[in-house]
Amino acid sequence: MNTQRPETAAVTAPANGWAIELEKINKRFGAVHANKDIDLKIARGTIHGIVGENGAGKSTLMSILYGFYTADSGTIRVNGAEASIADSRQALALGIGMVHQHFMLVDNFSVLENIVLGAEDSGFLKPSLSRARKELDRLEEEYALEVDPDAIIEDISVGQQQRVEILKALYRGAETLILDEPTGVLTPKEADDLFRVLETLRAQGKTVILITHKLREIMAITDNVSVMRQGQMVATVKTQETSPEELAELMVGRRVLLRVDKTAASPGKTLLEVQNLVVADDMGVTRVKDVSFAIRAGEIVGIAGVSGNGQSELLESITGMRDQKSGTVVLNGKPLSLEGDDGAARARQAGLAHVPEDRQRMGLVTTFQEWENAILGYHDKPDYGSGAFLDIAAAKKAAADQVKLFDVRPANINLKSSLFSGGNQQKIVLAREMEQDPDVLVIGQPTRGVDIGAIEFIHNEIIKMRDEGKAILLVSVELDEIRSLADRILVMFDGVIVGEADPATATEGELGLMMAGINKTAPRTIGIAEQGPLP
Amino acid sequence: MDLAVILSILDATIRLSTPLLLACLAGLYSERAGIFDIGLEGKMLAAAFAAGAVAAISGSAWLGLMAGMAVSLATTLLQGAAAITLKGNQLIAGVAINMLAAGMTTFLGQTWFSQGGRTPALSEGGRFAPITLPFANELAGVPILGPIYSELISGHYLLVYIAFIMVAVTAFVLYRTRFGLRLRAVGENPKAVDTAGISVVKQRYQAIIITGLLCGLAGAYFSIAQGSGFGNNMTAGKGYIALAALIFAKWKPVPAMFTCLLFGFLDALQIRLQNFELPVIGVVPVQAIQALPYVLTVVLLAGFIGKAVGPKAGGVPYTKER
Repeated sequence: MNTQRPETAAVTAPANGWAIELEKINKRFGAVHANKDIDLKIARGTIHGIVGENGAGKSTLMSILYGFYTADSGTIRVNGAEASIADSRQALALGIGMVHQHFMLVDNFSVLENIVLGAEDSGFLKPSLSRARKELDRLEEEYALEVDPDAIIEDISVGQQQRVEILKALYRGAETLILDEPTGVLTPKEADDLFRVLETLRAQGKTVILITHKLREIMAITDNVSVMRQGQMVATVKTQETSPEELAELMVGRRVLLRVDKTAASPGKTLLEVQNLVVADDMGVTRVKDVSFAIRAGEIVGIAGVSGNGQSELLESITGMRDQKSGTVVLNGKPLSLEGDDGAARARQAGLAHVPEDRQRMGLVTTFQEWENAILGYHDKPDYGSGAFLDIAAAKKAAADQVKLFDVRPANINLKSSLFSGGNQQKIVLAREMEQDPDVLVIGQPTRGVDIGAIEFIHNEIIKMRDEGKAILLVSVELDEIRSLADRILVMFDGVIVGEADPATATEGELGLMMAGINKTAPRTIGIAEQGPLP
Repeated sequence: MDLAVILSILDATIRLSTPLLLACLAGLYSERAGIFDIGLEGKMLAAAFAAGAVAAISGSAWLGLMAGMAVSLATTLLQGAAAITLKGNQLIAGVAINMLAAGMTTFLGQTWFSQGGRTPALSEGGRFAPITLPFANELAGVPILGPIYSELISGHYLLVYIAFIMVAVTAFVLYRTRFGLRLRAVGENPKAVDTAGISVVKQRYQAIIITGLLCGLAGAYFSIAQGSGFGNNMTAGKGYIALAALIFAKWKPVPAMFTCLLFGFLDALQIRLQNFELPVIGVVPVQAIQALPYVLTVVLLAGFIGKAVGPKAGGVPYTKER
């Protein structure tokens, strides 16, 4: 298929007119041309999706529309009238509201205070707050958005915080609502709720702009979809007339395999065994409650769950970064001693490699050059030097090999690591850990913030590793990723493995229920079911 | 100890707490807006000098007070320009102000007055006189309550009353007004404020202007109310103690008042204990007694405060990121 598909004429003068029209928008940041001659029209009363890889310019474009940045050139029309939007206040006055990817809420304020902030009626707060309380009641009823106005933000769930953001925009009279990657932090159930809210908004005549990289969501809810690539708008099509495959191809500029190609697993002997593990977090709260499981050679076990249900602590404990309260981790038949500050080093020596969840904070020292990161954690190995001295030539050679094997771009081992894109940084970490030929590989969020093209590569490397007879433990908040990679899925909720599922047969609905702690399918459930009433 | 001794210690407590409290509230406005202010000491010192110098020359305490506030404000704006507009390191901006103030006051004092950096002793009108509240003398004879009113509550300088009134004013401003809401928000999550269409920079400048004025009052208190003229390094680290009090009070106005009173009390006790003969030990060296409030500050901060979580965006210059 021709990827340079011209902008289709599918979206012609809608019945309700245009809410937003952008013409020849340009924005540069230094040498980076983030938006090139962008044309975009959004029909009033529709849900319009915008997709594109990281760095394609979606967020920049929306920030221009919301007045956070000013375009270098180009025209913006709101409701047919030309508008100049110099700051967020003007955008709000034009009826444009935005729900940012990272919520713009003050954590220790109440819901009401957050809603009123910046939209106060007068110098004293009392009248503003009581008017906001009444208005909030009305909005909550109209759009079915329940939230307690007196709750403190840091005490409520992420899904509710997002509702506060939406209410904030509606309170300011938003007619057009921009949502930036709204489902990234939500459970499937919360995401469904959000979509219902968006449909209600559309039914009430509001316009919604949805920025996402999840093609399934685009297909499920939008009326039209625009695709951006490398700062350019490559297509705008009606959602009904396109497919996820076509959109993926438009985003990346080449054919992409959305489904991972893999054969059935042929598990061998048990390599990693976790027995009755109990782990507490920094505050002393028990986050992993008596978890046991085993992984055999040649299989990938995925741990699914909404982020914050103990997966991070589980990973950190198995890899020696966090002390466990009780339990044992057995590697290749031998119990691992993980206690103390050098637990992680001992785990690595024993053959347990770790790709941490947060590559920038834990996987890399971003101010180091690439080759320094390529041996990080293995720098004590005799391969890379002796005594206090590093064998820099050997380290650089190892780094160069890794870069070549994993197609890290740019292929420059002397470049500062922070200058690589997210996908390439992840490749650096993966290359380092995989090249040490470990028995067990523990991977957290392998493709968080990674472009579609690199995701494909990383997934294939993980499968290759499995086929070489390694045991792989995969933790991801992306349910799709777990379903396509894992040979077995363990679902974690509130620190407990609440069930096991076969990725070939389990539906998303079943997994979603388990992730929310509502388990009807798995009879071997521990923990949650026990708390229910006896039959 | 009899009532008279207790009253005199408490009376000294109030007098010694006042500059701490003013500086502490000054720091509260700045830090709640997300700007760490280690420069309270320097601003107070500069204000003390300006107030002392102008009061000595003009013979008017009021002109001295205004000069103190003006100089403190100008110093604050200099610090603000470095920390807000130029996005410099807030800690270093504050330290620079402290060093500048320490050097400049001595240098200008010596150049202008040739008294070793001190300003001339003030005449009667050059410093604030204690205010006697209504009926203080008449009620002094009433048992217990009389002396408390006439000695403890009445008979302080104007700035003392202003300091304690400012506690209530600050609490109201912080929690009941639009300005306070935005001030707190800008110190917690400036990006949320920015996206709500409010200028972060403007909000932060408004906050530090109040900081500057309050530091001016605190500084003037040293040279033209409590003292009679400016002396070298007259503030003696009180700006740092005010900062410690602010952290101890978790950046809240009413706890700030009680913390400052506690530190003031320790100071008053210290003065009282000098040359006081302890059983067994005998007379403790003056220096050890004088160090007591500072030692207790460290102990209190390290041991009793628990986890002090300040404004989340504190110390970070606000930049719109890409």
